[in-house]
Amino acid sequence: MNIVVLMKQVPDTYAERKLNPADNTLDRDASDAVINEIDEYAIEEGLLLKEAHGGEVTILTMGPDRATESLRKALSMGADKAVHVVDDALHGSCAITTAKVLAKALATIEYDLVIAGSEATDSRLSVVPALLAEALGVPQLSGARKVQVEGSTVTIERSTDTGYDRVEGATPAVISVVEKINEPRYPSFKGIMAAKSKPVQSLSLADLGMSPDEVGLGASTTTVESFQEAPPRSAGTIVKDEGNGGVAIAEFLASKKLI
Amino acid sequence: MAEVLVLVEAANGSLKKSTLELLTAARTLGEPSAVVIGAPGTAAALKDKLAEYGAAKVYVAESEEIDAYLVAPKAEVLAQIAKDAEPAAILVASNAENKEVAARTAFKLDSGFLADAVEITAEGSAKQSIFGGAVTVTSRVAKGVPVISLRANSVSAAPAPGTAEEVSVPVSLSEGAKAAKLLERVEEAKGSRPSLQDASVIVSGGRGVGSAENFSVVENVADSIGAAVGASRAATDAGWVPHQMQVGQTGVTVSPQLYIALGISGAIQHRAGMQTSKTIVAVNKDPEAPIFELADFGVVGDLFTVAPQLAEEVAKRKG
Ligand SMILES: Cc1cc2nc3c(=O)[nH]c(=O)nc-3n(C[C@H](O)[C@H](O)[C@H](O)COP(=O)(O)OP(=O)(O)OC[C@H]3O[C@@H](n4cnc5c(N)ncnc54)[C@H](O)[C@@H]3O)c2cc1C
Repeated sequence: MNIVVLMKQVPDTYAERKLNPADNTLDRDASDAVINEIDEYAIEEGLLLKEAHGGEVTILTMGPDRATESLRKALSMGADKAVHVVDDALHGSCAITTAKVLAKALATIEYDLVIAGSEATDSRLSVVPALLAEALGVPQLSGARKVQVEGSTVTIERSTDTGYDRVEGATPAVISVVEKINEPRYPSFKGIMAAKSKPVQSLSLADLGMSPDEVGLGASTTTVESFQEAPPRSAGTIVKDEGNGGVAIAEFLASKKLI
Repeated sequence: MAEVLVLVEAANGSLKKSTLELLTAARTLGEPSAVVIGAPGTAAALKDKLAEYGAAKVYVAESEEIDAYLVAPKAEVLAQIAKDAEPAAILVASNAENKEVAARTAFKLDSGFLADAVEITAEGSAKQSIFGGAVTVTSRVAKGVPVISLRANSVSAAPAPGTAEEVSVPVSLSEGAKAAKLLERVEEAKGSRPSLQDASVIVSGGRGVGSAENFSVVENVADSIGAAVGASRAATDAGWVPHQMQVGQTGVTVSPQLYIALGISGAIQHRAGMQTSKTIVAVNKDPEAPIFELADFGVVGDLFTVAPQLAEEVAKRKG
């Protein structure tokens, strides 16, 4: 069972994130970059499936040069190799283009399953796994809190508003996982040392047979026209409970016509 | 006037509030056309209400096969309707499944998708709130039919009569749309309270609540106001409440009129899911808890004394 795990490097959520006024895209240099949190769960799920079924785990990312740091971390968790789609022309690509590029990159890798995190903390779109399934023409098994593989049949429990759906598809398939699914391992010292010599292949757009005008800001299906920092929330009223805290809240709510 | 397609959602035979909001928002762009994609017989029960909220047309695409597979059938049918209707925009309510349907529809139409709009302008641009509410961006789709998902509670639904002329759409799914088969739908959460996604008031409890039994304190406040109940991940992880109630980055993203946080510290992942709530109230015994940075009104105190008093006071004022 060969597994490709999609990984995205994102600005650290704990740091202040900024848009770049020059082209209204995410300023990726403004803050520390980390592996998108939920992608660590995707990596862990890939490693667990490999442990149970054999095969290889390949990490696939599309991102700037510095994404190699995050690839090394993913490799130190236990993945076998990595593929890095990196090209200056990709800057500002929308979700649909990203899915198309990832689909092209996947055509160069042998895989049975693609596993992604359900959402990236920067864009918060949650649609790349669905788009990738669309682009590849394979089953979309997204939002999984549990994954089971038997032969070429994959069954997931997909989290829903009221419970879960059991959904089944045949490999090759695209899975996305939610953080309920497992507890990601920490890289061991041995893992960190081993990661240094694991193969990381770089692919440019030319390698994928794509031209720069198919991707990036120019080809983006969506455009950010403008942005504003939201006015800071005006400082609220904080009171200490002196025995009438509940009544004080009710009064506040009534003054706002909320009750 | 240009048509605007609205993807209809219903539960137990009645329209979701978010659909009424979409029909209202659609009117700023053109003439709303409701799109019902579901099992046979779904549309009949919804038509009157769709007319009441301004649907000029109701596209009815009904087949047993729609709900037998995940996401792909709806995207296929929606794209097919859009190709014929050439609408000014396609609107869906923001939730995990609809966003996937919308994105796949945009892919098929070779257009673009804007997620989680908090406002839709007459020109078809969308305002989105990003980075946990710190920045508001105005975006538009660069080519083709804009596909936009709108967050619940972004507009208030207002009736406006429409003719709701029925247009029946034959459904014949491609093999590709039948790749992910729905085997079983399992309900875990009890359903008497409003759903989190739609609710205009939410009362959430966190680790401070301490146990499953104690969650009745949170529920009592919610019931006094007619609110939905939410939770932090600490509470869902502990198994005190089902994980569907989790608000936050990996739970539900909500934007209600009022959000009350009881015993929740306000971790960044929790804030990501509730920061755009219009009014935020917090009760926490730690004056340094980050949730107070967001709160319009906060009480530093023990939730076990403050919350019951609040529920009682609200009930009293209701008379
Ligand atoms: C990948 C990832 C995704 C995550 N996604 C989410 C998410 O979607 N949603 C989410 O909520 N979290 C999420 N988290 C977890 C998040 O980091 C926090 O751990 C979590 O939100 C903490 O929940 P809490 O505020 O209830 O608990 P705590 O942080 O422990 O806070 C409990 C609070 O209760 C107060 N308290 C205790 N007793 C009382 C009392 N008697 N009266 C009043 N106050 C009291 C305490 O002062 C404290 O501030 C995620 C984490 C990761 C790593």
